[in-house]
Parts: sequence; structure tokens; C-alpha cells
Amino acid sequence: MINLTIDGTEVSVEEGASILDAARKANVKIPTLCYHPDQTVKAVCRICVVEVEGMPGLQASCSTPASEGMVVKTASPKVIRARKDIMELIMARHPMECLGCQQNGRCELQNVAASLNMSKPSRYPLDIRKATIDNTSPSIVRDMQKCILCGRCEETCSDVQEIMVMAKENRGYYSMMVPPYGKKLVDTPCVNCGQCVQVCPTGAITVKDDTEKVYSFMDQDKVMVASIAPSVRVNLAEALGEEPGTVSTGRMITALRKIGFDRVFDTDFAADLTIMEEGSELLDRIQNGGTLPMFTSCCPAWIKYAETFYPEHLDNLSSCKSPMEMFGPLIKTYFAEKVKIEPSKICSVAIMPCTAKKFECQRDEMNASGYQDIDVVLTVQELARMIQTAGIDFKNLEEGEFDNPFGLGSGAGLIFGATGGVMEAALRTVYEKVTGKEMDPLDFTPVRGFEGIKEASVDLDGTVVKVAVAHGLGNARKILQEIGSGRAQYHFVEIMACPGGCIGGGGNAPRTWAKVEERKRAIYEEEKRLPVRKSHENPWIQQIYKEYLGAPLGEKSHQLLHTHYVNRHDLLGS
Amino acid sequence: MEEEMDRNLTYRVPASTLVEVAKIAAPYRDRPEHLMKVVLKVEQIVPIFSQDVTAVISREMNIPQTQVYSFVTFYQMLYTGRRGKYVIHMCQSAPCHIRGAEEVAKAVEDMLHIKMGETTEDNRFTLAYAPCMGVCDVSPAIMINGKVYGNLTPDSVREVIKRYIREEVQ
Amino acid sequence: MEQMKVLLKNVGKIRPESAKDYINAGGFEALRKALSMSSDEIIQTLKDSGLRGRGGAGFPTYRKLQFACSTENDTKYVVCNADEGEPGTNKDRILLSGDPCAIFEGMAIVGKAIGAHMGYIYMRGEYVYLREMLYKALENCEKEGCLGKNIMGSGFDFVIKLRMGAGAYVCGEETAMFESIEGKRGEPRYRPPYPGVHGLFGKPTVLNNVETLANIAPIFRNGTEWYRTIGTEGSPGTKLFTVIGNVEKRGVYEFPMGINLKELIYDVCGGIPDGKHLMAVQAGGASGPFINKDQIDIPLEIDYVAASGGRLGCGTILVIDDSNCIVDMVCNNLYFFKEESCGKCTPCREGTTRLYQLARKISDGKGTMKDIDAIKSLGETMNNASFCGLGRSATVPVESAIRNFYPDFERHIDKDFCPVCDREGRMQG
Repeated sequence: MINLTIDGTEVSVEEGASILDAARKANVKIPTLCYHPDQTVKAVCRICVVEVEGMPGLQASCSTPASEGMVVKTASPKVIRARKDIMELIMARHPMECLGCQQNGRCELQNVAASLNMSKPSRYPLDIRKATIDNTSPSIVRDMQKCILCGRCEETCSDVQEIMVMAKENRGYYSMMVPPYGKKLVDTPCVNCGQCVQVCPTGAITVKDDTEKVYSFMDQDKVMVASIAPSVRVNLAEALGEEPGTVSTGRMITALRKIGFDRVFDTDFAADLTIMEEGSELLDRIQNGGTLPMFTSCCPAWIKYAETFYPEHLDNLSSCKSPMEMFGPLIKTYFAEKVKIEPSKICSVAIMPCTAKKFECQRDEMNASGYQDIDVVLTVQELARMIQTAGIDFKNLEEGEFDNPFGLGSGAGLIFGATGGVMEAALRTVYEKVTGKEMDPLDFTPVRGFEGIKEASVDLDGTVVKVAVAHGLGNARKILQEIGSGRAQYHFVEIMACPGGCIGGGGNAPRTWAKVEERKRAIYEEEKRLPVRKSHENPWIQQIYKEYLGAPLGEKSHQLLHTHYVNRHDLLGS
Repeated sequence: MEEEMDRNLTYRVPASTLVEVAKIAAPYRDRPEHLMKVVLKVEQIVPIFSQDVTAVISREMNIPQTQVYSFVTFYQMLYTGRRGKYVIHMCQSAPCHIRGAEEVAKAVEDMLHIKMGETTEDNRFTLAYAPCMGVCDVSPAIMINGKVYGNLTPDSVREVIKRYIREEVQ
Repeated sequence: MEQMKVLLKNVGKIRPESAKDYINAGGFEALRKALSMSSDEIIQTLKDSGLRGRGGAGFPTYRKLQFACSTENDTKYVVCNADEGEPGTNKDRILLSGDPCAIFEGMAIVGKAIGAHMGYIYMRGEYVYLREMLYKALENCEKEGCLGKNIMGSGFDFVIKLRMGAGAYVCGEETAMFESIEGKRGEPRYRPPYPGVHGLFGKPTVLNNVETLANIAPIFRNGTEWYRTIGTEGSPGTKLFTVIGNVEKRGVYEFPMGINLKELIYDVCGGIPDGKHLMAVQAGGASGPFINKDQIDIPLEIDYVAASGGRLGCGTILVIDDSNCIVDMVCNNLYFFKEESCGKCTPCREGTTRLYQLARKISDGKGTMKDIDAIKSLGETMNNASFCGLGRSATVPVESAIRNFYPDFERHIDKDFCPVCDREGRMQG
């Protein structure tokens, strides 16, 4: 242990800890901008500088290791002056239009400026970077005028997701974080995962806001139908300022009704449906010599990733649509018929943890009902803003209940929200289908948790099925390389683009691993309490097959619930 | 600005040149530390590091195109935008400055009808700011495509440029 | 006054690419000696010699070696900083082009001391015309058995590779140079970890300036006692001075450390031409301070110059006559830094441009006293909080100019006539 003094308080920290770590331990607040607890230390914004006795100038507290006997001052006049000067430099480059910014009130830059009491206008003439807003992506909006060059998005895109869309262009005052050659996002291999949105400390990279679309559908007197993804119930309250991992299923339903939704359905139901189809497809592939390994297809960022970077593996992708896109056509066919509403009168809105879903719902393939199956995708962030805008006191809302016939999901459907969840849910059903016995224990822990690549095998009455789970596209790349080279052989592989799975999705409140950990805890605790924990035991699933779909992989299923993929290799450039 | 950007986006070098680029880069596959070496060799045969050029370097060396792009935009002597056949680097550092670099630069600007940082319409000359070139003993100095001219005056620099205009320089 | 040619001894006398010429002039004797010495003995010799870095900071050379030597690793590197980006400096070019083998020899001795078998010379892109000659020189040294495998039968291997820059002043900063050699943008890394532990390719690395390395062979050849007799107690040895600007005789001169600046300008270089008078001197390159004509009676020695608020640095002496304007010089200087900032950290990326704008405003006669205050406070913050030496020292010239030429700044603010700043058609608008 290392002992040092910060602002007169003695504190002990582990070897290797930074001054910033030590200050946090001592409950001393140091403002940061480029620092992110999930990322490498960059030390470029310099806002976290402190004074260290015996060292010249000021030191960046994030990159300076604590050492024995160190005496640190974090708020001396010299430090405060430097921080204010640095913030002033940033402000002189930043469009001062905070009132009209999506991040107003949630912006790290704004918060730091406020904490520094920047009460005077900048001494320097405002000089905003010449950059136009890139609105071309259905998921993400980039406004490089607001960029402070912290480098977080680049690290996420290049080192975590390994997509490498962003490059630091030019140098010095003219530096910019952009796709090369002035390309727009839509012309790059961007998979819309939104992890860059998650880490951006300003309004430079934001979720494309589709709330206006929803309001205008409401104006048109559509029957407003919401479907809510599994992970949203453990994320929404956090986005509205409550503790990470707060479960708000019932309050969320009530809020949606208050906003103006006529029906509120549970995407967990559609996840169960996915398991029925995907499980059957897996068994079919194993038993009839189909292409293996089979990859899950729930994650639209992963799908676009495969289509772009690994088109040779498109046959490995399950032909199952994602739960959201299975739900879409059923709402506009089965449900519409059942309640005798013209499908064109329905506006189907999916509430998702995900920015890539906005891209998915606009894919040409997603019109199985004869209409765009899902009209609008709202991320958790957008729903939280709508709730705020409506003046709803979310914290004290009464609990509501989902509507039927899609109001019940099993625990298996719920755990889709965390990495390994689809795999676990599928195995619960497949195991029972093949062996006739319930998997014991039902909690299949080898595929749980945040290890980058998880492997397991299951004995299905003599057939050993090898499975793997990867989350984060960097890990996906690793696993694909292993498979491509023949070093790894699996039957079934689950891949989620976002680190941690959907609970770490790009449309949630800004992430840290600590928060995602809380969300994971919440989702598994919640699933344990559910009466039905296996997809095939969901009574509404049994009913829809009996009434409408027939059997998994049947003709109706093929028409509504399965899809095909597109080779997008061209996006990688000449 | 927009127009310039479009031009850069659409610029393509001939396919045969791309084959040459690939030949230069291929031996350094998976050795990113040789990027500078590759880029300096490629620079000899292409006018600018356009999209197609960096894409070939990226493919052959197996490093992301964004990294190649980011790299070439960092260094002053490498170009992604428009560049003339002759690049006139005008040293503006103090040792040249105090010995009349401004007048020399002004003479060249007037002569070619372009400003610092611009390229002539016919794509023959680019006028570029340069930091010190380490030839201060003969300041003020300029460098044209690697060749240094020193002890310049507005008159003598006009003579130098004239020889390039007439294509009398090897 | 007579120059003392230790480093320039061979320059112009031997064919630079010829290892044989170098050997005939006594070359590689030092390496032969060093090859029979232990690491500790080599480092002790450097310590006894008192050799200090000639690149800028004047850090004792032996200590760099000590750090790298004490870090266990099978792979270590020696890097020669031939980026010479300081405006006005060309001493390294003279050494590289006139006596490159002496630099190789210095590198090999450092390699032997720390247990490195690979050296890199990182040379600025502007010196591309030296490349072929240096390749030849390296090849010839290998042919003579003075570099490469099993040097002089000692069993010690040392190979030198040449790497080019492509126009980036910041690459003279050692960690930025490592990044550049690794095929990346030349942006500096934070420290710790220090290069002696985690340097080029993550390995223990010693980086030295060309001139520092050129000192090593003479020290081993002639002994530390001889070396100590040259120069001053704190800064032994000779120093190359690049004297440029408004002097009669511009050029690179070699003198013992401690030579008087005034004598150098007037006695050695013939003073100011065309009947003009001295206005200012900037010593140490673009990041050195501007001093006025009353401040030049000083010995050029690392500690003395540092103590007087200056920087001997690379030994560049820019002489500025009274037909120039200090405010205009400051603008020129800040323009350089704003173009050369790598953009990694906020204070330097934004601050260099803002300092330039403020100085330009004053030179344009639109400034106020508040702008001088703004320069001072911004300068202090950049100096305190920038990521690397570039941002930290970019403020030195402007701060020193305000301190040493305050009336000139007042004159511009008062809109009194300035023949330089009021001139039409100035560049860099």
C-alpha cells in the first residue's frame, strides 16, 4: 500500500493507483473530461491537473501514479486557475447553444463547466470548427463542432468494437475526429452500435432523436402499440436518475400509457418466440447437416457487422429475425386481426436499449406484414426524455401491467438482455426438447458474466453440443477468426455487439462497467422471480402456435419470422 | 471547401499505379512500424494519398485504413488533398523571416497568382508553408520537390520559379 | 577566436560514407575500448566525463543509460534523435553529413552499455537528401566489421536502422518519436512509464541527440580527464553553436562550453552587418527566450543560461537586428507553434492558436493591456498543464519578449508607428 496526502487528508491506495484514484478514495472531487473508468488513461484534456509538492508545474491526476509520501493539492489557486483557463479554451471552440442541445442537462462538459463556476464569457473570440452535422445514419448523429477531442469514441470504435470508423484527422488546432476523407457515417462500415454515443462527454455524438416521429403518429390518431425490450426494465429508471439496476417494469408500463400508448406489450414474449424458432433451427441444422456453427441473429449491429466484415459467414447466421422484428409482423397481422384494426392504422413503436435497432427497422426485409413492421424505434434515452417532457413523476408512478396477448414473457425471454442470455434461454428449451428432462440446474452459469468469450458444452443425450458466447465486436472478431481458421469448432455461438449485451447497449444511459454490472444483477434477480422460466412453457407462446403460426419453422413462421441477409462488404472501401 | 472535399473524395489514381502501390506495401504485411517507409515510397509515384491509395496500403499491410489516413494527415510533407506537380515549401521560420522570407513569399504568390496553401488551377504549383528546413545558413530559403534554394531575394526567386514554369529543371 | 574542433574534427576532411577514412582518422578505437569494458565501466566513464545531453534539457547522459541498463529485458533499443526541428538549427545536419560514423560509434557504445543490439536513427524528412549517403556509410561500417554481427570479434552485435520523419516538429519529443517510428501519428506519450523502462516498441530505450552521441567516441578515445579540461565544471566538453540571422558570418561553430555570447556574436561571427544594431537574441531554438542587447554578456553553459531564465538547448543563436520588430518576431514564433502543435492535449492545441491570435492582435495595433494579461495567464497555464514539452515551452519566447521588451508591446498597443508591423502584405494573416 502507498500512503499519500491529498488536500491534507491521508489516504492509502494500492500500488499502481493514480492520484485520481486516490482522490476518489479520499472523497476529493477532481473534475475529468477525457477520463472514463472503462477506458485507458489518455491524459489529454488536462482538466484534472493537480499540484504535487516537489514536482514542477501541474500533473494530470489521471496519469500520475500515487507514490509514497506524496503531498497533493487538488484545489489550490494555481490549479483552479489552470482548470478555468483550459475550460475557457474549450468554450471558445464550442458552439454555445446548450439550450438547444440534446445533451442539455446531461452533458459532462456542461457539468464540469458548472462545477468550475465559469461565470464569465471567454476572453477569446468564438471559433467553431467548420464541420457540418452528419445526419446520414439512422442511429447516430455526429456534430463535430461540439467535439472536444477526448478520444473516447475512437477508443471504443477502434479498440473495443474494432470497427475503426473514426480517425483523428490533421493535427493541432485543425484536428478532428472523423471518418476518413469526409465520408458520412452511412458510407462507412459503422454498425450503429452506439457505443461511441455511450462514451461521448458532450453532444458531439448523440442518438438520432425519433421522438418527434412518435408524437406525429399520435397526432394521426394511430393505435399506438409499444413493445418493450427485456433490458429496458432494468435501464429506464437509471436513465431517469435512479440507481443503476433499479427495476421499473410496472412503472414503465404506466408511463407509456400516460404518454399516449394504447397497448403496451412485452418483447420478452417475442424473445420466447425467437427461442422456439431458433432452437428448432439449431436442432434442424445439427440433425440434418446444416451449416454450423449457427450464429444468433438477435443483434442488428452484429448482423451488419457480419454482413460487412464477414460476408462469407452469412450462412452461419440463424435465419430468425430478432425478437423485435418477429414482434413487428405479428402485431400488424395476428394482433390486428384479433382486435379487428386495420394494420395501416397501427403505429408500432419498439422501446429498445439499442441504436442499431433504428437501422434494423428500416431494412427492406422488415416488411413481412405488408407494412414497415416496426414504425419507430425509441431508445431508452429517448423514452426517458419523453417521460421527462410529459412531466411524469416516474419515481412515484403506480405499477401497470402488460396487455395481452403479448403480455407475458418467460424468464428465458428476459435474460436476452444480458450477454449469454440468448444462449441460456435456447439451451433450456433445446435440452428439454431433446432429452425430455428439464436442464438441471436451470441457471446455466458458464455462459453468464462479462468474460469476453465464454465457452461451454451440453450433452444432449449423447450429442455433445459445443457453444460459445461473445460480446463486444472485438471479441466477435476473435471468435470468427478462430472459427475461420478451424481452430475452434462450435455448434452454436451467441454474439452481441455491445459489451455486456443489451444491458450495455448504445441507447441506454451512459455506461460504465460498474453500472452494467448492476443492471446484470437486476436482470438475473428479476428472472428468478418469474413464474415461467422456459420459453416453451409460456402459455401465450403455446397459444399463438396453436391459433396462428402452426409449428416452429412452419410456413407461416418462414413468412413472418425469418429473414435473409445482405452482403455489405463494399462498405469497407475499394 | 465542399468542392475541394468532393474532389478529394472522387480522385482516383490509375489502376496500374495501384498495382505498383500494392507491390511497395505488400512486403510489409502485419508490420505497421514500416508505414512511414511505405508511405514515403508510395509518395514518389502518386500525387496524393487519395482513398484508393490508402485503401491499397491498408489492405496490403493489414492495418486499418483509418490508421493510414490519420497517419498521412498528421505529417506536413504528406498530402491527402490537392497537390501540384511542384510543391514550393516556403520556410517561414524566424531565421528566414528576418532575412526577408516574407518578401520572397509575396513575390512567388504574385507570380503564380495563388496564396499560401493553394494550388494553381493547372495543378502545376502548390505553395506550402514550411517550418525550418535546417538550411538557415543560406536563409531565406525555399524547397521545391526536395531541392533547396537559398539566399533568395524577390528577384532571384522569380528567376528560380521561372525555370520551373519553363520546365527547365531536371 | 579559434574554434576547438572535437566533434567537427573530421568534417570536411574525410569522405562521410567511408568507414575506412573514419578508421584512419582514429575512428572506432573508442568502440574497441568500450567492447572490452563492462556496462558499469562504460556508464561510470560517461558519469566521470560529465557529459550532458545536447538536445535541449541538458540531462546527464549516464543517467539515461543507467535507467535502461537496470531494466531487465532481452530487447532494448538505442535511438538517435536526428529530427533537428528547432528552427535555426543545423548542427546535427553538419555532423550527419560530415562525420556520420562518429554517431554510429557513439550509438554502438551506448548499445554495449545497456545491452541493446538495435539502434534507430530518426532523421527529419527535410534531410531526405542525406539518406542514401547514410545507408552507404552504415553498409561500409558493417563491411569493416565495426557494426553488425560480432563487432570486431567481440561477440557483440549492433545493427543501426534509419527511419525518416515527414514533417513534424513534435517528433523531436522522445516519446512522440517512438510513436512515429512505430508507424503512428507522432503524438507524445505520458510519463511514467519512462523510456528507460517502456520506450520504443514498449522496450527499455535510450534516446540521445546526434551531438550528444558524437561526444561519446572522443570521450572514450581521449579519456575523461581530457574531456573535463574542456568547457566548464558543470558542462564539460565542446558545444556546437548554430549562429544565424543578422550576423556577418552565419554557420555552425564549435567552442568549449562557457564561451561568451557577446564574443561569439561580435568576435567570431563578425557582428551585425549593414551598419545595423543588435536588437535581440533568441538562444535555444524556437522555444528559447528572447533576450535584449543588454543581456548578452553571458557564458553559454547549460546551468548558467538556465539560471538566467534561458535555455542553452540545442545551442542555436538567432541574432536579430534593429530593423526587426519584437512583436512581429513573437507572432512568427507563435505561428510556428500553432502549426506544429500535435493537437493531443487541450492547452497546447487551443492555447498555441490563441496566443498567436493575441500577439497578432497586438502587432496589428488592435490590442489592449488586457491582451498582455491574457497572454501571461494563458502562458502560465500552458506551461503548467500541457502534456509535453512543446506546449510547456511554447510560451517561453512570448513571455520573455514581454518581460525583456515591454516598451515595444506598449508601443503597439498605443498604436505608435511600427515600420515592420504596419507593412502591407504581411504573410500568415
